[in-house]
Amino acid sequence: MIKIIDDKCDYCGTCVTVCPTDCIELDHDLIEIEHPKCIDCNLCVYICPIEVLKIEN
Amino acid sequence: MKINSYYDVIIVGGGPSGSMAAYEIAKAGFSVCVFEKDRDIGYPVRCGEAIGYHGLNQYFKPKKTWIAAEIKGATLVSPKNHRVNVDFKNETGYILNRRVFDYDLAKIAVNEGAEVFTRCYVNDLIIKDGFVNGVKLKYFDETLEVKSKIVIGADGIESRVGRWGGVKTMVRMKDMESCVQYSVSNIDISQDKMIMFVGKNYAPGGYLWIFPKGDRSANIGIGISGKYAKKGKSAKSYLDDFVNKFYPDVSILTTVCGGVSCPKPMAEPINNGLMLVGDAAHQINPMTGGGIASGMRGGQIAGQIASQALKDEDYSKKYLMKYPKRLFKEFGNNHNRFYRIKESIHQLKDDDLNYIAEKVSEIPESKRTLSSIFKHAVYKKPSLIVDVFKVFAGI
Repeated sequence: MIKIIDDKCDYCGTCVTVCPTDCIELDHDLIEIEHPKCIDCNLCVYICPIEVLKIEN
Repeated sequence: MKINSYYDVIIVGGGPSGSMAAYEIAKAGFSVCVFEKDRDIGYPVRCGEAIGYHGLNQYFKPKKTWIAAEIKGATLVSPKNHRVNVDFKNETGYILNRRVFDYDLAKIAVNEGAEVFTRCYVNDLIIKDGFVNGVKLKYFDETLEVKSKIVIGADGIESRVGRWGGVKTMVRMKDMESCVQYSVSNIDISQDKMIMFVGKNYAPGGYLWIFPKGDRSANIGIGISGKYAKKGKSAKSYLDDFVNKFYPDVSILTTVCGGVSCPKPMAEPINNGLMLVGDAAHQINPMTGGGIASGMRGGQIAGQIASQALKDEDYSKKYLMKYPKRLFKEFGNNHNRFYRIKESIHQLKDDDLNYIAEKVSEIPESKRTLSSIFKHAVYKKPSLIVDVFKVFAGI
């Protein structure tokens, strides 16, 4: 499962842009993953410039 | 100073492309309002701030306050640290103060009759009978619905407006650059030269830049391709390694991060009653990642087509297709050429880059041009030399 470390996030929207299922909701300074829609492709984790998203087992 | 319940056009986002669209629509005599979510126009700056001479001068004569540094040439640094200097000759470039520049562009639009509101957060579109005809927004403690004939999404790469309006905005990993930039002070570099580092140790599938900003300051930033970001090292780690190694004494006064989308042109940045401009419509040179001038042009053309649509009272997707069609006519071929050159350069190994640097060094500096460098850069795929020739024609 992918976890977002909120206090590190800069809300730049890069993760949103590569998400194939459109499951990341960015609302100004709130960011959330809709886990039921997430397919764990981890693209958001890789593309994040400052390592805000982490894979958690 | 009150948000009306109706504007002919609503623009979401107050960057350069949003302001250009607002300017064109106001000039044509229609009512237009820009809603900016941040408390400032022009801040935060998620941008390397570089623009070419023509890119800027085709719109407005630049004010001194917009320009942090005038750039007369570039130094390209190969993986083996071979430095190649190129003189831009007549085609100088600028590093902007985007904070001041964006602010002034908004003022230019307002002076033409547009309205702008900051801290104004659009959180949904109003869609009726398959047509976008307004937005829902929050302004301080007010929740409002504002109607319009057309909504223009100038809301950056993740474009929520585009996604709400059913435009396919997703970007493939290989076409996405993951970027971080530090604006630093206490750096001793030549103030009229940009420096670019290439190769897998510096910036795999992208480049690392130092853009001078005057007074011993600079933007030091990096973009790495999503293709390589998968390997586990983030853009920030690459940049930190670089700064610690080469410029350990600088102070970082601003940190920004973000993505730059470098795909082929978006075929349909529109829907019924909806247009996207700037980063939201991927109006970025895929080879350089530069998007100020192209986003402004996108905003300008969108503004002109929106004004025509208002005159003809037709806001259908079919009518608004005039906008991407005109863009494609103007930019499409060059955009695709830049895309092909980028794809070819991304496949180069460090040895290839070192070889190119050596080859280019053999050209006397007075005869060295960007075109001559890129001709060597595509040596593995000679068919691209025509592309290089065409995109650099006139430079």
